[in-house]
Parts: sequence; C-alpha cells; structure tokens
Amino acid sequence: MSTSSVVIAARGVEVRRDDREILAAVDLDVLSGEVLALVGPNGAGKSTLLSVLSGDLRPNEGTVEVMGRAVHTYRALELARRRAVLSQANTVSFPFRVIEIVQMGRSPWMRSAELADDQRAVTEAIEATDITHLLGRRFTSLSGGEQARVSLARVLAQTTPIVFLDEPTAALDLRHQEDVMRLARRLAADGRAVVVVVHDLSLAGAYADRIALLDHGRLDAVGTPHEVMTADRVGRVYGLDVQIHRLGASDRPIVLPLRD
Amino acid sequence: MSPRIRALALTLLLAGVLVGGIVLSAITGQLPITPTEVAGSLLRAMGIDTAWAPTDPIVESTLWVVRFPRIVMGLAVGAALAVAGAVMQAVFGNPLAEPGVVGVSSGAALGASAAIALGASVLGGPGVALFAFIGGLLATLLVYAVARAGGRTEVVTLLLTGIAVNAIAQAGIAFVLFAADTASREQIVFWQLGSLGGSRWDQVALVAAVAAVGIAISLVLARRYDLLALGERNARHLGVDVERLRLVSIVLVALLTGAAVAFVGIIAFVGLVVPHLIRMIIGPAHRGLILASAVGGGALLVVADLLTRTLVAGAELPIGMLTSLVGGPFFFWLLYRQRRRSGGWA
Repeated sequence: MSTSSVVIAARGVEVRRDDREILAAVDLDVLSGEVLALVGPNGAGKSTLLSVLSGDLRPNEGTVEVMGRAVHTYRALELARRRAVLSQANTVSFPFRVIEIVQMGRSPWMRSAELADDQRAVTEAIEATDITHLLGRRFTSLSGGEQARVSLARVLAQTTPIVFLDEPTAALDLRHQEDVMRLARRLAADGRAVVVVVHDLSLAGAYADRIALLDHGRLDAVGTPHEVMTADRVGRVYGLDVQIHRLGASDRPIVLPLRD
Repeated sequence: MSPRIRALALTLLLAGVLVGGIVLSAITGQLPITPTEVAGSLLRAMGIDTAWAPTDPIVESTLWVVRFPRIVMGLAVGAALAVAGAVMQAVFGNPLAEPGVVGVSSGAALGASAAIALGASVLGGPGVALFAFIGGLLATLLVYAVARAGGRTEVVTLLLTGIAVNAIAQAGIAFVLFAADTASREQIVFWQLGSLGGSRWDQVALVAAVAAVGIAISLVLARRYDLLALGERNARHLGVDVERLRLVSIVLVALLTGAAVAFVGIIAFVGLVVPHLIRMIIGPAHRGLILASAVGGGALLVVADLLTRTLVAGAELPIGMLTSLVGGPFFFWLLYRQRRRSGGWA
C-alpha cells in the first residue's frame, strides 16, 4: 500500500527475566495496511515481543513508540482506542452471554462514539467471525474454538487502527483458521496494522505481507515471505530439515518438513 | 425467557419481598399494630393527616423508636453486605468470595470490638464504625495479597486464606475480650451474635449514608467490573486502569463491610447468597447485579430479622446465626457444583 506509515517503532528492545535474556536488540517497524507475522520456535520470544509492542510489558532497554509517542506515556483508555489485543488466555469468570462479550469490545468508545457506530461495529464483528448462531449462549458453555472466535469478535468490535492477534488460529479448525487469516488481510486492506503470532509457517507465508522470524530472542530476519522463508534459514532456526514449495505461479511459500 | 422478562420478574419479586417484609416487620411484635396505622403514621410524618393515623402515642413511639430504625438498619446493612459481596466476587473473579467467608467481616469485628473495649462511650458510634472499617480494610488487604495470583483466585487458596484470616481475627477478638472490663465484655459478646435490635437513628443514619455512597460508587464502576471478568490483561487492553480499580474496590469492600458490621455484628453469607441468586435470574452484568443485590440484600435482612423475632415465641434469635444456618448449606452446594464442574477445587 502506497500510503502505509509506521504506526509502531521499536528500537533496541531488550527484555530480561531472572537474568535471562528473553529479547535482545530487536528493531522492528509495524506499518499500517500490512499483516506482519511473528514466527519462531517455542520460547523464541514471540509473545513477549507482542506484549512489548502492545504496551503490556515495558522493556528493560530500548523504546517503543506507538503513533509517534512512547507507549508507556499513554493512559490505558487512550491506548485501548489505538490498539486491540487478542490474547491467548480468554477465560471469563462469570457466565456472560456471547453478545455481551462482543459488546465489551466497544467499552473504550463509551460516551464518545455514536450509538449507531457501536451497533455497526458489533454487527460487523459478529458477521466476520461467524458467531451469529452463538449470540444467546453463555460464553462459559462454548467450546475452545468457539470461545476463540467470540474473543476475536470482541477485539474486532474495538475498531482500532492497530490489531494484535496472539495465536488466533491455535484452537481453530481448518476452515476457521483460513477465515481468521483472511480477516487479517481484510483489516490490512482497510489500512489497519495487523500483528499476528502464528505457528503454522505456511499460514504465515500465505497471508502475511512481512514475516519477522525470531530465534532465541533475536530477530533472525524480517522481510517478505519470499525473502524470509528459505529452506536454509527455517532449517537452521527450527533445527529441522524442511523443503519450501511454491504452488503454481504464487510467490507464497509452503513449508514442509522433510519426512521419510 | 427473554432478558427483559427476567428483569421484570426479578423487579416484581424483589418489590414484593421488600414491601411485604417491611409491612410485616412494622406490624409484628409485642404490640400488634395494624397496617393502616403504619401507613397513617408514615403519611403524618410526611405532613399528610389521614384518619388512619394512630391516636395512641405508644403505637406512635413503638413505630418510630423501635421498629422503623430496625427496619431501615436491616435494609442498609443487607444492601451493604450484598453489594460488598458482589464487588468482592468481581475483583477476585470468583463467585465464592464473600466478606464473611474470607474473613473481612471478622477483621471488621475485631476493629469494632477493640473500639468497644477502648470505650465506645468515648469514641461514640462513628468511632466504632471507623475501627470496624480499619479492621475490615486490613483483612481485605491481607486476603488480597495472599490469595490472588495472575488476576484470578483459586477456590482452595481463597478459602484457606479465609480460614487463616478468620483465625487471626478471632484470636484478636478473644484477646480483646480477655483484656476488656466486664461491662464491655458483655457488650462485645452480645454484639458479636449479631442483632438488629436496639438500632438507634444516629447509627442507622451513619450506616445508611456509608451504604448509599458505597453502592453509588459500585454502580459507577459496574461496567469496569464486567470487563474485569475477561481477566486483568484483557481488561487493561480495553482501557481499564486495573491497579486503580483494585485499590478503590478494596477500600469499597472494607467500607461497606465495616459499616454493616459496626453496630449489628457479623451477619455472614448475605454477600454470597444474594448476588448468586440474582446472577442466576438476570445474568452476571454488574450494573443490574449490584442494583438488584442492594435491594435483595436489604429485603432479605428485613425478612430474616422478622423471622428471628417470630420463630421462637417470646425470644429473639441472633440474626447472624440464622443467616449462617441458611447460608452455610448454600455454600456447600456452591462448592459441590464448582467441584463437579471443574473436576477439583481449583
């Protein structure tokens, strides 16, 4: 997209926990109008980086600027109007109805948005995540995959220019995985910035504009799927021999482990 | 049933119990008074003279010196306890949190006992209430610091913390009893059993004022408590200043519990039973829950107080005993259900 701009700029980010380096020397820009996938092996620091970028976690070193302002200078409500986060843990303490959960996504806009805007955002979020048939149910009675989609709807209803998705496809079946990633693309097409943590490299390869590959807390590579997904690099970072396929004329890599 | 019909049904139910409880409480007692006399007396107080107004000054004084303050005290204390329970459950993310169960009431009772022993006559009503508030606040902070991990509280941890806090507070009360002189000792023992009897208007005014302020603040925070049900992290992502909300809520619980305990003693399980029943009828959204809990808690205590006066002829049961008698088994049932659902007490 020609009009894309830097909405998050992280420079020299370093996170230590108990003298252990979780993230080191991370420089990363998040652009509007693009899907940025964070990938890497377990424990590489993907979720930590997402926490740092979303303002949940203040790094020990380095800076994170959201829309030109240091992220920790925002009040909680100001930040909630700029970025939404789908976390991995989405349990709910009390048996709220699904529709109530989705409406909670509108709470940062209370008393500022038009009622019609609220309703439109909620309706769109419900349609986009295919949960219309669940609206009257109690969240606590849903399956894991259904809960994940309802939580995603809540995040969408927040209608923020930046959207973080931490493993949004983890609990989902094949069709809903594709649905979620297509949704991420649609958000990007609307000019929003989408940062998504995924494990499935082919899924990342198929839908991301750029991929950031993390290895032991360091950025191994950032670039288009084509640039990042080479058999050598993926094999080295994951410690597993892989082959990269391309279907037809597509530029999108498919990653397969070498099997006997 | 649609949510609207449920809300309407609940409103009618609560209004029925509330009005029925108040009227029955006003007319029942050693001196029988007719409902029309009650209405007439109330109208006269509002400056409207009717033929219903009681002519006997004894009836008039029984109503205004004995029964009305007792009823209003029941309403205020019940509302405060039920709302304290609802707020506590929201903050702990656990429907089993309750001021009595986790020891906040005991902490407040320790504070109040200490105030009585030090000389309630010197400190006066507000002094006892202030000490109850401080005791409740310390207990809440203790429970909060020990029992919570990662924004949620496991049932086991919460109950064990409650046992510990209750034990410490009871030891403290025992020490106060031991150290106090005979007169205050008797006063503390009697007060500890819990009773709405002998409520005076100055005490009622204090408790009602604190309860009203506490409930109003809870209602303002209601939307944020809804978001807190998503977990602390998600609530923060939605713009809730979680640290501040927790701090305000702790003070709120201590304030409501302290006010409730200060003059009538420990009345347990109101904060557990009432919000739970309301949630079953209209769901967990906190604005409706807090409002309905306030009314329901008040109505429940007025009815419970009526029972303490009438169940045994010529004697008055301690109200705290009565609520525990009903609330205890209810608590068992909740535990049993939660255990079956989650396969354990975590």
